[in-house]
Amino acid sequence: MSTVATSQIKLTPEHNARPGASMRSRLQDALPKIVLAPSFAATVVFVYGFILWTIYLSFTNSKTFPSYALTGPRAYQRLWRWTFESDPPSSWYTSIINMGIFGFLYIFICLALGLFLAILLDQKIRGEGMLRPIYLYPMALSFIVTGVAWKWFLDPGLGLEQTMHQWGWTSFHFDWIKNKDFVIYTVVIAGVWQASGFIMAMFLAGLRGIDGEIMKAAQIDGATTFQLYRRIVIPLLRPVFLSAFIVLAHLAIKSYDLVVALTSGGPGGSAWLPSNFMYEYTFKRNEMAVGSASAVIMLMAITAIIVPYLYSELREKPR
Amino acid sequence: MLRKLLIGTALASGLVFAAHAEDVKEVQMLHWWTSGGEAAALNVLKEDLSKEGYAWKDVPVAGGGGDAAMTALKAMVAAGNYPTASQMLGYTVLDYAAAGVMGDLTETAKKEGWDKSVPAALQKFSVYDGKWVAAPVNVHSVNWLWINKAVMDKIGGTEPKTFDDFVALLDKAKAAGVIPLALGGQNWQEATMFDSVVLSTGGPEFYKKAFNDLDEESLKSDTMKKSFDNLAKLVTYVDPNFSGRDWNLATAMVIKGDALVQVMGDWAKGEFNAAKKTPGTDFLCYRFPGTDGSVVYNSDMFGMFNVPDDRKAAQAALATATLSKSFQSAFNVVKGSVPARTDVPDTDFDACGKKGIADLKAANDGGTLFGSLAQGYGAPPAVANAYKDVVSKFVHGQIKTSDEAVTELVKAIDDAK
Repeated sequence: MSTVATSQIKLTPEHNARPGASMRSRLQDALPKIVLAPSFAATVVFVYGFILWTIYLSFTNSKTFPSYALTGPRAYQRLWRWTFESDPPSSWYTSIINMGIFGFLYIFICLALGLFLAILLDQKIRGEGMLRPIYLYPMALSFIVTGVAWKWFLDPGLGLEQTMHQWGWTSFHFDWIKNKDFVIYTVVIAGVWQASGFIMAMFLAGLRGIDGEIMKAAQIDGATTFQLYRRIVIPLLRPVFLSAFIVLAHLAIKSYDLVVALTSGGPGGSAWLPSNFMYEYTFKRNEMAVGSASAVIMLMAITAIIVPYLYSELREKPR
Repeated sequence: MLRKLLIGTALASGLVFAAHAEDVKEVQMLHWWTSGGEAAALNVLKEDLSKEGYAWKDVPVAGGGGDAAMTALKAMVAAGNYPTASQMLGYTVLDYAAAGVMGDLTETAKKEGWDKSVPAALQKFSVYDGKWVAAPVNVHSVNWLWINKAVMDKIGGTEPKTFDDFVALLDKAKAAGVIPLALGGQNWQEATMFDSVVLSTGGPEFYKKAFNDLDEESLKSDTMKKSFDNLAKLVTYVDPNFSGRDWNLATAMVIKGDALVQVMGDWAKGEFNAAKKTPGTDFLCYRFPGTDGSVVYNSDMFGMFNVPDDRKAAQAALATATLSKSFQSAFNVVKGSVPARTDVPDTDFDACGKKGIADLKAANDGGTLFGSLAQGYGAPPAVANAYKDVVSKFVHGQIKTSDEAVTELVKAIDDAK
């Protein structure tokens, strides 16, 4: 940055003679930094500063309000104990098991469905311009709207089951949203419905970016359509997989509001995710230390997944 | 580079600060009473204050429920930006008082004679360390049955006096093809019903020992097991779709006659009122069978913060207006609750309200006025929520037997203490 600035001054030495101009050039030099400064400060304080603060709080005895006397890892000990309480399941146990089920299914189905839809839409079909937004629009809805709409649709007394009964299929039974063992899968359904269209758009952009020459060459060599996608297209889409994975992973971690709107926590708290646990303990139960500890564990878990993945993907780039 | 960046940051943040002048004749109020009836009731208070020349300013809270408001309040207090007053519940008041951020209303309280007129059980939450820190607005009670009269007549039921009567009544409704019990399967609703079940099963002494004193012997006693068994019995009378239902939808089932009865606090009466139903002719209010003479309460309070001196006059005016007899009557007629002072005339109240006022007075005199554990008036929030977890897990089958439920209850409450 500063090297650029000095070379500019050297190029126009006559400006240096007048103090006003020097002031201006110095201002010009500093302007990008002044403009960047607020967002830089905001990121440092509100992201990294508060991460450190949360870590600190998790080692205190904070209840309703933050307290600053360190009291050791008691919050972590409690979480550790709860991690193994499976019968009856502790809220923390339920949360992490749900996170595993939800995270895996949500990311996997979204990727698979998004890729599948993108390949279908990429067949130069008529009306693509109309179909694409139809798939994409659920992403424009907030989690809350998605949650409430699916809550009504899945409610046995209001939505799908009731409609089927009215149409005469009285043996139809679909009460997952009321069932403690299946409620987390309804969260997957609603989440996939919302995000898969967006993932489709990402893959579609990726597919459009693939050089047609390669495809033609492969076809001349006698590759079948399946081989074409399996061996050429999908490997070429690798950067898109990376972006889609990161988008989906962070959506999965933060889908607090979807759980609340769709299930209000589920029967007996059976739909909780770690984010629900964190909010409940920090703000409703006035156990800020436990809430902070759970937040730190969430951060560590996501780091453990994302960092190696990013590392392996980005390292190979300059190949 | 970095230094310049930091200097730039300091410059830019300097621009953000702008002093704002304070208007002294103003009351800043944080609350979540935004729905029709509640907002109308609160308007009475606004008008009372504006007559004395005080402007009213709502502190906006995004999102409906009290949770969002409490989070906002926490942030405001942490920033040292206290509102004049905030709607608060139970132990929250004491938490904030312990943190030393509450004001002192003792002078106003003395002048208005609150010590005598406000029930002693409520003063436990509105007085901290000998100082009045909050003005109670109302008293809700939890141990009520709300019954659709048309359905009751159809099945030929009478007021249940004991738990067994109640089960017999529910059986009658079941035989007639009506949903016997309207319940919303959210943890606070289940726990609110369980409050009444425990009071009915164990009696007032037991309730106090278990749910206000958190006595371990009582918590793991056979009486508590029996209470869980009774709860399990009641849950067999709900419809299969109860899980996750909002409380007002459960009330609507009773209003429409789809269900016979709901066990709910007296805020349910607001729903009946809004549907233009009259007590006695359209619906019936009974005490939960076996709990007549006792009142399990919760109460909305206006917590008063330690505001700067030039705002204290407005705060005192707000507190006086809140506990004035006229406002207490006007507000509670709409809200469905009963006044927070026992010397308010009951002339404007309907039959259920009159019964509520009389019951509160009797319970206050007889020492049978207890805080509801489910509503956060029996124990601090950590314990109350641990309790709700256990009850909800029992209702939904994660906890399978009453033996296990009792063990879990003791463990959860111990953990949270």
